Amino acid sequence: MATAVQTVERENYLNSNYGIKSWLLTTDHKRIAMLYLVSITAMFWIGGFFAMMIRLELLTPQGDLVSSDTYNKLFSMHGIIMVFFFLIPSVPAVIGNFVIPLMVGAKDLAFPRVNLLSWYIYMLGAITALTAMVTGGVDTGWTFYTPFSTTYSNTHVIGAAIGIFITGFSSILTGLNFIVTIHRMRAPGLTWRRLPLFCWSNYAAALIMVLGTPVIAITLLLVALERAFNIGVFNPQLGGDPLLFQHLFWFYSHPAVYIMILPGMGVISEIVTCFSRKRVFGYEFVALASIAIAVLGFVVWAHHMFVAGISVYSALVFSLLSYFVAIPSAVKVFNWTATMYKGSIRYETPMLYAFGFIGLFTIGGLTGIFLASLGLDVHVHDTYFVVAHFHYVMVGGMVMAYMAGLHFWWPKISGRMYPEAWAKLSALLVFVGFNTTFFPQFIMGYMGAPRRYHAYPPEFQVLNVLSTAGASILAVGYVLPMIYFLWSLRYGELAPPNPWNAVGLEWMTPSPPPTHNFDETPVVTWEAYDYESQPQEEVTVGH
Amino acid sequence: MTVTNFQPATQEEHFSPESHVVPVSLYVVIWATLMVCTALTVFAASVDLGIFNIVVALVIATFKGTLVVLFFMHLRYSTKLTMITVIAALFWLFIMFSLSMTDYLTRAWSTYG
Amino acid sequence: MATSDLQIAEHNLQHHFADMEQQQETSTFGMWMFLLTEIMFFGGLFTAYLVYRSSYYTAFVEGSQKMNIWLGATNTAVLICSSLTMALGVRAAQTGKPKLMVVLLLITILFGLGFLGIKAVEYHEHWTNHEFPGPNFHFETGDPAHPPTDPQHTEIYFSLYWAMTGLHALHMVIGVGLVSWIIIMGLRRAYSPSYYSPVEIVGLYWHFVDLVWIYLFPLLYLISKKHG
Repeated sequence: MATAVQTVERENYLNSNYGIKSWLLTTDHKRIAMLYLVSITAMFWIGGFFAMMIRLELLTPQGDLVSSDTYNKLFSMHGIIMVFFFLIPSVPAVIGNFVIPLMVGAKDLAFPRVNLLSWYIYMLGAITALTAMVTGGVDTGWTFYTPFSTTYSNTHVIGAAIGIFITGFSSILTGLNFIVTIHRMRAPGLTWRRLPLFCWSNYAAALIMVLGTPVIAITLLLVALERAFNIGVFNPQLGGDPLLFQHLFWFYSHPAVYIMILPGMGVISEIVTCFSRKRVFGYEFVALASIAIAVLGFVVWAHHMFVAGISVYSALVFSLLSYFVAIPSAVKVFNWTATMYKGSIRYETPMLYAFGFIGLFTIGGLTGIFLASLGLDVHVHDTYFVVAHFHYVMVGGMVMAYMAGLHFWWPKISGRMYPEAWAKLSALLVFVGFNTTFFPQFIMGYMGAPRRYHAYPPEFQVLNVLSTAGASILAVGYVLPMIYFLWSLRYGELAPPNPWNAVGLEWMTPSPPPTHNFDETPVVTWEAYDYESQPQEEVTVGH
Repeated sequence: MTVTNFQPATQEEHFSPESHVVPVSLYVVIWATLMVCTALTVFAASVDLGIFNIVVALVIATFKGTLVVLFFMHLRYSTKLTMITVIAALFWLFIMFSLSMTDYLTRAWSTYG
Repeated sequence: MATSDLQIAEHNLQHHFADMEQQQETSTFGMWMFLLTEIMFFGGLFTAYLVYRSSYYTAFVEGSQKMNIWLGATNTAVLICSSLTMALGVRAAQTGKPKLMVVLLLITILFGLGFLGIKAVEYHEHWTNHEFPGPNFHFETGDPAHPPTDPQHTEIYFSLYWAMTGLHALHMVIGVGLVSWIIIMGLRRAYSPSYYSPVEIVGLYWHFVDLVWIYLFPLLYLISKKHG
């Protein structure tokens, strides 16, 4: 409707300083969040490129597009990039960095320079890993199982391992910053019981980042040492135990999946309450469930090793514990649903993605219970069932939550509204594309189709073709937001401070906020999600 | 709801830097205790206590470590939050050690009694 | 011009903190969180040690007999002394005695370098005895009556020895660097009783490195009854 290009006159964090140096040397958490946004978006597309190659190869039963060696590299690099360089930093480093200081009423995170350092470390790790990939690739799977990775693989294992090692420190520093900030920088009156659930979730994820990441760091270091010096610690021919690698690797990598999902759950909590105009049902339970997920997530790792050769007694222990870890996630899903009950639901794009998350995460999570059962796992381990499970929670869950959060806070971040109609269309494409891609994989896997194979028996072709078709739709669903978010930066409607009429300190700043966030430190006198006392006003919707 | 304004503490008001100054004598006592314990642990290694060698060594090491953490690292005078942090570290180490060992200690057990 | 305690504190107060007390408490908490990550970092190696020692005890005993207990014990004593001087140095900053702080921290660095020197001597000896993992590894018990029972797993013992003490030594080097930086800043009279948290947190780091060695020494050197 508005034809003239609108500009923001007021000074804010985007226009307070110009020039590349003012961005590369910034300590403003909001600018650092934007630096991360650019980096991880780039990594997402690189990881997506590898996914596209995989799906193209799998259109036909024969291994005809690429050789098996190349295919091994494709799925390895897809996994490494998506896990370490996209999913783990996505919500914390982009949305968390931007929003958490605002949510707690602070002028910045506790350690702004450490925050900038964490971005540089991320970039260094990403460039190292990408260099290893471009100069020959790595074919061990993102799981780096020994002794293949330490002894027999002929690819750039050390380069990739070092890249991940370096980026791990970025994650550690972000987590450290969040924990200290949430403990020490809350505004007066902002008690733990009034803290937004997004902060609780990121706090729990930060605990995992800080406690778990160092272990994978030392493990990858040992892999590099073993590969370079043949020290034998994971090599059975030299007296080592390859399962020790797996124990140490999964000690981090299982909790890592909770690093990925918890911040996403935090986003969903914020969105569900806002678009239901109702405070979160069972706030304390949702908050404590985040902590419970973080703690319990650390005691279940060997469910990835049920058929690897661990003792069956140990497997029984881990299987039982794995059932327990599902409980707090279920609590959250129940509470979100109960929040929506008798709420005044609005169907803007963030809420559409939230609906998608709740449904798809539930499916993914339930199939996780299947996998926790020893007998079932023997049947479906290393099949497409597992692949479908984790894509349901990670893509159907986490990436949807990330998209939800980007849309929800975009007005705050950019000062612009995104075009709602296009956004709704993209959300629909993502939902349809996602399910078409991954639901067939559950079926395939249960029928016995193994994962990480570039060729397969002809009876699986129909399901594979369906999956690839879905992936194409999904890709379009992801390209559209890229385009319209960029478009909105110049042509989008100017956003008011609180377009969604949400409750929270971040919505009390202008859109976009000034560099110092608050002119004076706010004092919080209201309970969390106090939607009852909010007047019912129209929300702003972009065109 | 309203956002009222809050004035942060100005420089004229008092600082309270970490107020507790540990006496030099206490530091020296801790140092002397640590040295004695080191000698003790070396001596204990020369005595054949069988399975208890490792227990004695770890008990002495943990005692030394506790002294370092409490007094040299000021945990004794720090906030509850800091103490929780240290306990969390020990707890997570314990998880990693003990659950890994559920595998290694039971591999030799046969499945059928 | 001598700057007062208040001026130093004011100069160093960062804009996002309400007051110096909040800033100091926050930076101390931040360092404790970082040490938490270091505990888990070393913890991975300790887990590997635990797993292999519990499964291959004899191999570990035999490997440990080749360690020089006197050098190890001396190093332990050196680190404990360095912790004392470090703690006293932090106390000197806290009580407004910058010159004393510099002297104590210099002594701390000397102790640290002493530790590294003794370590170098030990490493050299292990190197010449072919007790270094890799193609040239060749383990001898030194007692012709008792040949190696399980050289493969003794090699793993040595791998862990090099990895654990090497990682620890790297942390010592970093510690020496950090303390040097504090000394330089101390010479510039950068600290005062109201602003000395950089000294405090470097002290925490230094004590942590000492703490790791307190465990490494008995686990690597004192596994069983020493002989000779």
